[in-house]
Amino acid sequence: MSEPKEGSFSSPNMPTGVPTTHQILTGWGRTAPSAAEVARPSKPEEVQQVLAAAASAGRAVVARGLARSYGDAAQSAGGVVLDTTAMNAVHDSDLEAGWVRVGAGASLDALMRSLVPKGWWVPVTPGTRYVTVGGAIAADIHGKNHHRDGSFCSHVRSLTLATPTGTREITPENDAELFWATAGGMGLTGIVLEATIQLLRIETAYMLVDTERATDLEDTMARMTARDDEYRYSVAWIDCLARGRRLGRAVLTRAEHADLANLSGSCAADPLAFDPRVLLEVPVTPPGGLLNPLTVAAFNEMWYRKAPRWQAQKPETLASYFHPLDALGSWNRLYGSRGFVQYQFIVPFDAEDALRVVLERVSNARTASFLAVLKRFAEANPGPLSFPSAGWTLALDIPAGSPGLGNMLDELDVVVAEAGGSVYLAKDSRLRPELLGAMYPRLDEWREARNRVDPDCRLTSDLARRLGLVEQGVAPRQFRARRGNRPRSTAGAHR
Amino acid sequence: MNNALGMPQTAVVLGGTSDIARSVMRALAARRMRHVVLAGRDEAGLEGAAKELKALGVASVETITWDVIDEEAHTALAQDVAGRMGQVDLVLVAVGVLGNQDVCESDPSATASVLSTNFTGLAAAMVAFAQILRSQGQGRLVVLSSVAGVRVRRSNFVYGASKAGLDAFAQGLAEALRPTGAGVTIVRPGWVATRMTAGRSPAPMATTPESVAADIIRGLERRADVVWSPASLKVLFAVLRLLPKSVWRLVPG
Ligand SMILES: Cc1cc2nc3c(=O)[nH]c(=O)nc-3n(C[C@H](O)[C@H](O)[C@H](O)COP(=O)(O)OP(=O)(O)OC[C@H]3O[C@@H](n4cnc5c(N)ncnc54)[C@H](O)[C@@H]3O)c2cc1C
Repeated sequence: MSEPKEGSFSSPNMPTGVPTTHQILTGWGRTAPSAAEVARPSKPEEVQQVLAAAASAGRAVVARGLARSYGDAAQSAGGVVLDTTAMNAVHDSDLEAGWVRVGAGASLDALMRSLVPKGWWVPVTPGTRYVTVGGAIAADIHGKNHHRDGSFCSHVRSLTLATPTGTREITPENDAELFWATAGGMGLTGIVLEATIQLLRIETAYMLVDTERATDLEDTMARMTARDDEYRYSVAWIDCLARGRRLGRAVLTRAEHADLANLSGSCAADPLAFDPRVLLEVPVTPPGGLLNPLTVAAFNEMWYRKAPRWQAQKPETLASYFHPLDALGSWNRLYGSRGFVQYQFIVPFDAEDALRVVLERVSNARTASFLAVLKRFAEANPGPLSFPSAGWTLALDIPAGSPGLGNMLDELDVVVAEAGGSVYLAKDSRLRPELLGAMYPRLDEWREARNRVDPDCRLTSDLARRLGLVEQGVAPRQFRARRGNRPRSTAGAHR
Repeated sequence: MNNALGMPQTAVVLGGTSDIARSVMRALAARRMRHVVLAGRDEAGLEGAAKELKALGVASVETITWDVIDEEAHTALAQDVAGRMGQVDLVLVAVGVLGNQDVCESDPSATASVLSTNFTGLAAAMVAFAQILRSQGQGRLVVLSSVAGVRVRRSNFVYGASKAGLDAFAQGLAEALRPTGAGVTIVRPGWVATRMTAGRSPAPMATTPESVAADIIRGLERRADVVWSPASLKVLFAVLRLLPKSVWRLVPG
């Protein structure tokens, strides 16, 4: 009998030509850890080198940006993970026409710090600045302006994609199929090396924010439906612990970029100043977490009451409107060692009932769900796996240790799928593969596009394995769903 | 892949006919199990267990005839299983015999047989599967130990010693696997009403395979190192362990 010696494990060496370290990785939710060799290339050639080495070693490969996806998208058990964050240079820009060409590992935070003082803003920002351009493309991220501006990839003019069959420059014009398969393709079409992004002109680093309180779900949706189109940005923060008559009560914050003329006092003196800080860092992970149904309910109640019933045109900094959570570093640790999941789904505009059902279930389960975020999306772009499409999207965080959570979310998936909706893969960490096809009916079309550049299916993540996203030998072309907006049919999905 | 809530999609069961293992697999089938390999000696019994899992909706269930004391076969089994399912999310280690204490006390080969089935052979099999989990960078070994090994008693010390050995081995393996992304969960049930214990009078705090399975599922959800079943045994044994020998002898069970 040979007892394994303590710490005797050293990862099987894989000569990639680029130094690698053996690391255990998770997403932002800190669940489902898996180990991989992590390489941090600083030039495109090194990416190709790693891809080639992984191919000859028979290892899976996937890119990893700032790991702000919640689940297992940016990790690949036993494979090679390409940390892109060293490829973060600004290669070119035209600050008259308003575009930049940047390395895919550049963070939106860094871009904002360099561009805001020059009067430019990113076309789409998520709720955190700490995402990379590559991650923004791979998830085709959306912001509070989807109803006006669409998602991130609608503002990407071109990108350089390293695939197992070579590196290519793609645009929506020269290879629409691959471009849109990459948009929301969760890193499974290749490694984005660089991208050219169209920017938005701003006069100041401030927002003019209108705040109002809505008393229940119906009121919230009615207010959003009636007047969202008057604003570039809109979001509702729902108290998902409120029940009964208060179910779906929310605080709406809708905003426009402030013009110079809107500013006064010290703001006007330096209108484009942008220097957001992390005010506090969560230093350790309290094992049981600090968020339980009591503390969260108290927080939600306080937050709702402190919001003004109605307030117009209040100037706020960009960071405080778009990225309030970024002021608290490593806040994901507050959920304790078991981590947390985010459940984000969309249902079409005619399926509001499903939204209500989900909210009721979550509220009745009394899980420690912080404020949930509700947004309205406009029409989808052509990406087969791109998440946003016309409808309502709700996102809520739940501690992974909540009793009965797995079964509850499994049931909610069915509600969402039957309503013709889907869950957001960038947030997912637990969906069952059986529902993927119903939620993303153009899956085969997407697979066909990706298999063209990665026929041996080397590009694989834990997410891809869990959901069976990447498969060889996809059904022939004529069976694929119609192009254009994602059809929301779920026929034959459930038995 | 194991998901965020610790739920596996593929599993191999060593000792596929074990009552506790079957309860665990039934519960996992209801969650998201897609591919199962049942390994064991009793071909007919494995077939029955496989049929049940298929009926519960597991897409692919296979059986492999395998004997834990055949140490030469372990690596081949592990590699075969890994080849069939790509990622092995869960290795449920459920081989175990109670043995006949009276016979064991006078028959060296009977004692050796209990020890090699419950401990040495099984530990060797765990080494083979640990090797797979290491290179995968993920996956969990769930090892059915027993409170009988926590403090060994006169009436079943051969069985108890085999479980004590297995438990200690699993603890060490857990440490060895820590930096690899793989994990180990040790399960310490109390007296469980199963085929193995049929005909014996239940000890205090007796439990059922179903409730042990439920505790194991909760353990998976929190990636637990140790699962006591029922949970109260943890505290009880913290005390029992400290009892003077003269008092321990008097404790029923
Ligand atoms: C607090 C918070 C708020 C958020 N708010 C929003 C929001 O409002 N809207 C929204 O849409 N999302 C939101 N997200 C999710 C986040 O925007 C996405 O998960 C995004 O993909 C994270 O980027 P990243 O650089 O961290 O990528 P990672 O998490 O590291 O990777 C995500 C995916 O992108 C792939 N990828 C990364 N880099 C590359 C590359 N160079 N080439 C190819 N593939 C690559 C990875 O393989 C993986 O599949 C939020 C996340 C957090 C933590």
